[in-house]
Amino acid sequence: MIEMQDVWKTYPNGTHALQGVSVKIDRNEFVYIVGPSGAGKSTFMKLIYREEVPTKGQISVGGFNIGKLKPRKIPYVRRNIGVVFQDFRLLPRMTAFENVAFAMEVIEAPKKVIKKRVNEVLDLVGLRNKANREPSQLSGGEQQRIAIARAIVNSPSVIIADEPTGNLDPETSWGIMQLLDEINFRGTTIVMATHNRDIVNKMRKRVLAIENGNIVRDQARGEYGYEF
Amino acid sequence: MNFKTFLRHMREGFRNVFRNGWMSVASITSIVVSLFVLGVFILLVLNVNAIADKADSQVQINVHLTLNTEQKLREALQNEIGSMPEVSKIEFISKDQGLQEFRDSLGEEAADLLDGFDKDNNPLPDTLRVEVVQPTTVPFVAEKILALNGTHAEKPIYKVKYGKGSIETLFKITKAVRNIGFIFVAGLALMSMFLISNTIRVTILARRKEIGIMKLVGATNYFIRWPFFIEGALIGFIGSMVTVIALYIGYGSLVASVQGDPMLGLQLIAFEDIWLFLCGLLVGLGVTIGVWGSTVSIRKFLKV
Repeated sequence: MIEMQDVWKTYPNGTHALQGVSVKIDRNEFVYIVGPSGAGKSTFMKLIYREEVPTKGQISVGGFNIGKLKPRKIPYVRRNIGVVFQDFRLLPRMTAFENVAFAMEVIEAPKKVIKKRVNEVLDLVGLRNKANREPSQLSGGEQQRIAIARAIVNSPSVIIADEPTGNLDPETSWGIMQLLDEINFRGTTIVMATHNRDIVNKMRKRVLAIENGNIVRDQARGEYGYEF
Repeated sequence: MNFKTFLRHMREGFRNVFRNGWMSVASITSIVVSLFVLGVFILLVLNVNAIADKADSQVQINVHLTLNTEQKLREALQNEIGSMPEVSKIEFISKDQGLQEFRDSLGEEAADLLDGFDKDNNPLPDTLRVEVVQPTTVPFVAEKILALNGTHAEKPIYKVKYGKGSIETLFKITKAVRNIGFIFVAGLALMSMFLISNTIRVTILARRKEIGIMKLVGATNYFIRWPFFIEGALIGFIGSMVTVIALYIGYGSLVASVQGDPMLGLQLIAFEDIWLFLCGLLVGLGVTIGVWGSTVSIRKFLKV
């Protein structure tokens, strides 16, 4: 599903964020990306959804060579990748429903289809009753659920989650994790960067540890492995 | 893009104006203020122009004839002047008529000033009143008329009067007013374009995060741009319409209060005569600026 071959990323300020990373993530896998802050986790994620371009090396996602993509084609690749962030990134002044529907309007889906599908995913994340609220009227956990609903509404093959529980209390975090696990169970590959030791150690999945721009550990059903 | 998507963009554009509440109000206000100043100035220039035009066209040459000029000679003279290509109209005002006109021009209160004068002791000369096609040729034509004295032994022309000096000054002033007015209007238009697009830029700057999110969800640049485009056009349209209505009310009451006053003797252009021009100009400018401001501003954020 996702494949990196000797990927380097150097930012214009001279930071070597990634230094020769090679990794393969298969369809339907659930992978945690762990490691200290500034080790390169976010760069790793950004390269997958083409927010950044590798300085060197090749990345393919779902068969597309992401590094060589023409800017014009980027939107079409992104539609196959759902993204979830620590800060939710919902559109303000739009209701929960409209936020989720936006991802479908983008692919020019018919209105009827949009209505049906959006209600479906709102059911899945358990927030159909709050469909008409704006983000500011929802709790952090609820906002994240809406963000996840938006990420999955177009049935992407991959979901990239960058610290999705970073701003949430432990109980709410577990709810989000169960939701992601459910989505993974239904056949979506999930790559999730996290600092949450508890979650990684209790919900065992494959763990990739990144330090100083390199993958230093690749462990099936691994543990968090850090003291912080 | 299919038609349904286009409708969606229209809907989103309209909704955005309301969603962004105060930001839209700020943009619209800046459009109204700039266009209003521009509109007031355009009205001013148009009126000054009209007054200048009228002043120009009222310039006449009065050819006073010597006392007791024979009717035959007068008619010959009238023909000669009338056949000059620069002359548009020639009219004979007899001394009796002249006295009557003079009396009328004094008005009721001062009419008795001329009481002692009648047919027998009328001090006014017979006069040929000449109008020309091009007001600026007046001094030249006056010279030409005076030169006719050389062709008649009787030298029938006593004096040619056209307000020498003051005419030349009037032409200079009206020309300057037109030029300065044009420069001012162009400058103001440019300034308002800059001001408005700047306001719109600021409102869009506040939404760069939103644009980033849209891109992450996989929206193409066109998809993001269209609602902004429509939003800009709508804001420009609303702003310019408000301006036109404000100008209509303000100018209308000005015309109404000035028109009836004989002391001012001012004849303002009726709003009905220029509203189409003014409306077209301001609305066109408003919409153009709205669209231009919003599309230029988001271009920056659309790059990945």
